[in-house]
Order: sequence, then structure tokens, then C-alpha cells
Amino acid sequence: MAFTAIDSRLLHDLQNVLGRDAVLYRPEDLLLYEYDGSVETGRPTCVAFPRTAEHVVGIVRLAKRHGVPLVGRGAGTGLSGGAIARRGGIVTSFARMNRILEVDAANQRARVQPGLVNADLSLAVAHLGLHFAPDPSSQKACTIGGNVSENSGGPHTLAYGVTTNHVLALEVVLPDGELIHLGAAALDAAGYDLTGLFVGSEGTFGLVTEITVKLTRLPEATKTLLAVYDSVDDATETVVEITARGITPAACEMMDGWTIRAVEEYVHAGFPLDCAAVLLIEVDGLAEAAEYEAAEVADVCSRHRSREVRVARDARERDLLWKGRKNAFGAVGRLSPTYYTQDGVIPRTKLPATLRRVNEIGHKYGFAIGNIFHAGDGNLHPIILFDARDKREFANAVAASDEIIQFCIDVGGSITGEHGVGMEKDRLMPLLFGEADLDLMRRVRDVFNPDGLLNPAKVLPGGKGCGEIHVRPPATAVGSATA
Amino acid sequence: MSSASATIPARAAEIAGARNVIVDAAALEAYAIGGKSPAAAIRPESPEQIAEIVKFAIGGKLALVACGARTKLDMGAAPRQYDLAIDVTRLDRVLAYDPGDMTLSVEPGIPLHRIQSTLAEHRQFLPLVVPFMDRATAGGTIAAGVDSPLRQFYGTARDYVLGVEFLAGEGALTKSGGRVVKNVSGYDLHKLMIGALGTLGVMTRINFRTFPLPSGARTVTATFDSVARAVEFRHATAGSPLRPLALEIVSPRAGSLLGIPNADDAWSVIASFAGTARALERSVGDLRTMAEQSGRASFASDDSHMPAMDAGTSEFVPAALASAAGATIFKLSVLPTQLHAMLDAAAKAADATGTSWAAVARGVGVIYFALLPAERDQNALARVGRAAGELLAQGAALDANATIPWCPAEWKATLPIWGPERSDLGPMRALKRVFDPHGVFAPGRFLGGI
Repeated sequence: MAFTAIDSRLLHDLQNVLGRDAVLYRPEDLLLYEYDGSVETGRPTCVAFPRTAEHVVGIVRLAKRHGVPLVGRGAGTGLSGGAIARRGGIVTSFARMNRILEVDAANQRARVQPGLVNADLSLAVAHLGLHFAPDPSSQKACTIGGNVSENSGGPHTLAYGVTTNHVLALEVVLPDGELIHLGAAALDAAGYDLTGLFVGSEGTFGLVTEITVKLTRLPEATKTLLAVYDSVDDATETVVEITARGITPAACEMMDGWTIRAVEEYVHAGFPLDCAAVLLIEVDGLAEAAEYEAAEVADVCSRHRSREVRVARDARERDLLWKGRKNAFGAVGRLSPTYYTQDGVIPRTKLPATLRRVNEIGHKYGFAIGNIFHAGDGNLHPIILFDARDKREFANAVAASDEIIQFCIDVGGSITGEHGVGMEKDRLMPLLFGEADLDLMRRVRDVFNPDGLLNPAKVLPGGKGCGEIHVRPPATAVGSATA
Repeated sequence: MSSASATIPARAAEIAGARNVIVDAAALEAYAIGGKSPAAAIRPESPEQIAEIVKFAIGGKLALVACGARTKLDMGAAPRQYDLAIDVTRLDRVLAYDPGDMTLSVEPGIPLHRIQSTLAEHRQFLPLVVPFMDRATAGGTIAAGVDSPLRQFYGTARDYVLGVEFLAGEGALTKSGGRVVKNVSGYDLHKLMIGALGTLGVMTRINFRTFPLPSGARTVTATFDSVARAVEFRHATAGSPLRPLALEIVSPRAGSLLGIPNADDAWSVIASFAGTARALERSVGDLRTMAEQSGRASFASDDSHMPAMDAGTSEFVPAALASAAGATIFKLSVLPTQLHAMLDAAAKAADATGTSWAAVARGVGVIYFALLPAERDQNALARVGRAAGELLAQGAALDANATIPWCPAEWKATLPIWGPERSDLGPMRALKRVFDPHGVFAPGRFLGGI
């Protein structure tokens, strides 16, 4: 069942709570809200723009009273369909709840509204020598509320951790309209770690209306290195060796030659056009430590036949290198009507074998597959270019993607590292989790969202007949899927 | 005790073999919680045997408490009902260790020191240096949710436990998370297991992220004649570019308990650093300057082993518990800028009741404050109770998270061990019902009678 056409009573009620300028419902206005950054779509019934937690409570109560689904939305940059109204209903956009409520520099805390853009927080506290460490590639657009829902990562999470490591407390409106507070600004709130449970629940437990985050001190020194390779294997083996030397870089990113050429044409970051792969490696900390680690990293790169190691001389050069990396998806997107970004995770030492397998899968289906990795933590982003208007090609793209994911699982990895399950991978969850695991997750969700009105048909696989793709039987023995 | 309890030893022996069942009353005292002993203790040798035990408990309406080395059974409340102890120390294997991936999977009964020596062979370690380090197990440590001084840099278990497998309340083996360092598939149920005191299930496998053992380390101890100066030094260090692994403020009495030199009348600040010789020189030099500016009484720096086993202050709790019969230890978490006010308020509350005290405060804002009455009698309880009331009131004014993890068992019912009531107790109770619908896992051990 999908809720698409708006009921006039619901519209009237929403406008009463929020004001006339805070509800979109005409089909042409809704078009934008059918999408996020993924290849999925879904038409909402309307879009509501709360300004306060009380507004959110009002929206939630109306959704419940009218029996329509409810989906939270930040900037819509998500890559797994988390913010898409899969069953129609009210999309609650947090675009107007985007303020920084408090910055407590001495305690390295900030209290923010969910619609605040990720990069805006770091910009606002930079003069205090602080930043918000999670840095998704979409950080100039994505919101912290979205980061909390998806437990977003980013290049620098290798050393600094993902969103959940930086969230201390949440104010949440539950689907029954109750407003609750989880965690606390001080550490180690008593009781179960509900904050940890909520972060990454992909908007299926409650709507977050306020977030208390940790701010991280900016490092005294940062060294950014670009290592250029004529062989992908040499690049991936470098990654393994860097950690074996006891160095945890702040970031360790890899792009293959195909991707580099696409990026260079668009961004002009100075990437060499004839190489097989580059590693973008950053070390930071005390000046003495960064200096030492940069030298060690350069040494490892050379030993693994890197043909050139460049060290960014200043902030401008560093920014340019990162611009190349963070705009890579946009650059690749220019080459094809549609592209599909995977988000598999593998144990880091399996990188060389995995890349070879991704390449084979591309050949098998006749796709160009670009590779951008958070190499340091084994988080792959193979990009499959295809034309979604061609049904056969679409099916092949999904099949190729599934084969990549299956390989990730076979080597002990996971189906998603930072993009979330959403409506893209709910059908793949049984590859990783058995019936008992999924059943417990479902019952935990029902604690908060018993009627299933909040972000329905996400994360957990639906009933029978939902998947067009065959999945192997769930693992039942302990350790069998992860050993 | 339920009527099924008479059948416990026999059924336990069927499940795990008679050699793995303890029924001797004297031996069972080692499993007692709050003076309450189980009818038997069972030492399962596989997760499947634990599953059998859970199913038996459901059928017989029995209450189970899982334990490892039993060093932290005194934390939390005594269970309302306690029929069978599940001693997991036979489940003590490393299930997988991939040094290149820096991930480790263990069974819950493995001692932490064995984990550290396994990892040390590959110059890695787990930043989990906790009370009773000589015996503590991985499972017990995660269930107790105790922290390490190293949290200043590495965070707590929630930051490096990647996944957990456990038996939930229907006796089904269940897992959450995985074995890779970055993973957002499914809900993070394993975060709930951390610090749950075994009330949500019995863990059978824990997956950790491991960390490189630094090439060199240095520990600095600066002493100050007042708490104000010690805290000022903490603030200066935290606000500097330095990245201490641990940053601990130690009261005079705590310094004596821990054997810190020159600590008898002074507040000490202990800071650990890791890195290359040059980075360490720089850190110590900067610290020396900052300590002088904060008016240090003494300053010493020594080459220490990387604190994989001994992080200086991590044994404060055992030392405090052993030092006084009525030892009562509060955990008071505040924002770092409230450390001074909270320590002052706690000291005043203790002094007002004529009770001696000792404190270790982590730089991140977590204070372990021990009231140390020599006696464990009604008079001592009355004094501790008065101090606790005052302390919690002051804590509430400072937005502290205040609990009393350790105190004499017979005082638990009187003292506010869980601190002020929380507004999120409703969802916590509901989660307990989901994980443990039959109420077999350590009923009553947790906050709110969960």
C-alpha cells in the first residue's frame, strides 16, 4: 500500500500545526523529494518543514492519527534510499531546523539541530581550533541529522571514528509522539547505551530533533601524500604494509586509474593520467609525529614500487588533492546516464584479491567499474556505470553489484560500511544475518516503532516474495558467517 | 527459588558433563552475589551448551547469571532470583586474529592478559586496561562496562567492539555487528550488551578492533598542592596539541593507595604518551612548561612500557575496595570544566560526615570517588548514606551522571546505587523484555530493577 495523493484533512491539519508555508503537496513540488543520492525513488504524499521539536511532535501525532507513513529527511544525499518515502506518506524535512544551539569549546561539545549541514559545524568552530570529525564526501550538503541516522563515515574516520563515536546525546521524537532524551553531554550515562543503538538506525526508531556531539581538536600538523602506482596490487599492498608498521593514518584513500582520469578531466587536481592507481594518505598530530609518519609512509610507498610520492606543500595543494577525491563521484557521474556506487567492506588484507575480483566481475558483465576506496578500513566504493533506461543493463548492474557484495561477505566483510541498508540492501540482509538476528532486530525496532509507520520497508527485509534476487539460506551456526 | 531448582544439578550435568558442574556449597560461595548463592554453577564448553542451559532456564523459570573471573560481580544490584551461574571460563579461545586486518575475535572467558600477550606478538594491543587486570576476562569486562585510563585517547569498548554473538532470551544464537572496522549493516545491538551486566543475554563471541602498540611511551607524573592546580594542569594539557593516551588526576589518598611517589599530601596528574623519541621529548617538554605554569610541586617523567597491562591508575578500584571494609565507590561523570567543582563537592560531602575518601578522575570527566569508612556497620552506612545524598544532590546540580558501582552488598538496597531516575527507563525496560522475554538473564541486576 502506498500513500501518494494527499487527503485534504491531513493537509489542513498539517498546515494548522506548521503554518501554510511549511507543507509541500503539489506533484511538481514533490518531484525533488522522490530522490536521494541512490538510484531509488519513491513519491511522498507531502513534505513538511518543522521549525521546532514541538512541530515534529505535531507531525508525528498527525501521521499516527491519519495512519500515514512518516520519513525523516536531511539533505537527501544518502546513498541507500534512507530518506525516500518508499510507501508514500509525509516526508519530514529538517531543512529549517539547521541551527547550532550551543558550542562549548572548553568541553569540546556542541548541541545542534538535525538539519545543520555537516561542514557548517566544522566551519563554525574552526576558529576555536576544533572540528566535527566525521567527514562524508557529501559534507558540504549532508546534514548531521542524516549522519546520525546513517552512522555516516568519511575518509578521516580511519583514525577518528565514524559518527557514532562522536555522538553523546540525542533528543528524539518517537512515533507515538513522545519526546525523549537519550545519553548525556557528560560521558557514560547510566543504563543501556540507547544513544549507540539509535545512531545508525536509519530513521526507523524515531525522529532526531537535537544532537549533542563531541568536537575534536584540529591537529597541530597535517601531511598529505599522493603516491602514484603503475600497478593496483602495489597500491593495495602498500595499504596493508602501512598498518603493519603501526601507523594509523588519519586517512588512506585509493582511486584506480580509470577513476583518476575521469576526476582529473573534471577537477584538475594534478593527478597523473597514465597511472594504474593513486593513494591519498594523510597523517596528522604533533608536528614531530606527523613528520615521522609521513617519512615512514613515503618509505613504504617506495618499497612497494610507487613511481612517485608527492607531499602537498601547503593547504592549497592539500585542498586540491582532497577536492579531487571528494568530487570523484560527481566526476564519474558525467560519464554515464546512471552510476551505481557500492559500499562493501572487506578485511583490509583482502584488498588486492577483492580488486582483482571486482575487475573480473566488470569484465563478465561488460561494465566499466571505477574504484574509489577508503582503503585504510577496507571500505570499497566500486562505481558501476550503466544506462538505467535499458532494463537488461539495469538488471545486469544489480547482478554485478550483488556479486561484489557476495565476495565481500565471503572474505569476512559486510554489505555496507557507511551508506546504510535503507531500501537498497534490505533484501541482502539475510546474506549476513540469520533469522534469529533479524527477528531480534525487528523486535527492537518494534519497541520504538510498533506500528511501522516510521520509515517503513527499510533496513530489514520484508515478508515473502519481496526479493527478486535469490539469496542463499541464512547461516545458523554461530560464527559460520563471520569466521 | 523455583520448584525446578531441585533438578538443576542433574540437568546441568546432562548438558555440560558432571565435571563441569559445581554443587558444593562452599565452592558455590565464590559465585555468590550479595550473599545469594546459586543452586549450581555450570562451566559450558560450547555456545550450544549455553543454548541448552537457556532453554532449560526458560522451561524451569530459572534465573541465570553469566560470569567470567567473577571480579566484578559486586557491581550493580544482586539478582532478584539466582538459580544457576554460567561460568564461561572454559570458553577461552581466540577464535580469529588477523594482525593485518587488526581484528580479533575471542570467546568471552579469555583473560584480558592473555589477549594482550597474544596481540603483543604482533606489536598490537587492546586499550582495555581495567580493574583486576590480572584476572579479568573479556566477557566480564564488556558486561561490566568498566573503562580504562586509556579512554582519553582510545575511547571505550563501544568504540572498538565491532560485533558480539550472544544467546538471547529464547535460547537462539544471535549476532550483531561484524568483524570489520567499518560496518553499518543492521542495528548496533551489540552496543547494548556493553555494561548491561548480563541482563540482555550471554555473550559467546566478542569481536574487537586492535591497535598498534606504539614504539615508545613515556609517563609523566606532576604533583600539585591543590586540586585546583591539578585540574588547571589537566585543562592546559587537554587544550594543547598534545595527544595523551591517559590523563588522570589522583587525590592524595588515592596516590598513596596506588604507591605513587611524592603523592602523600599532593594531588598528582599522571599523563601517558606514546610515539617516537622526538615526539615524546616534545610532549614531556611541553608538559613540564605547563606544569610549571600551573604551579607544580614536583615533576617526573619515566620511560614506561606501553601501558598494555598497567595504566597506572587502572587498579584504583581494587586498591580502594581492599583498603576499607565499608569502601563505597561512586562513578561521577561530568563535563571536564566541572571536574573541580564535582571533586570539591564530593570531598566536602565526605568530610562533613567524617569519612575518609580517595579519588581518581579521568581527564575526560569521569571521577571514581571512594568513601572509605573502616567499618562496615550501621553507623558507617548512615554516614555513607548522608554523604551519598549530598553528593548526588551536588552531582545533579552539575548535570553529572552519578552511580555507585561498588559498595558493601548489604548497603545496596539503601544507597541510591543507580543515581537519579532517568527519563529513558521506559525504552530500557521494553528492550529488556525483547531480549529476555522470560526473564532468565540476571533479573534485577540492572538499573530500574531490570
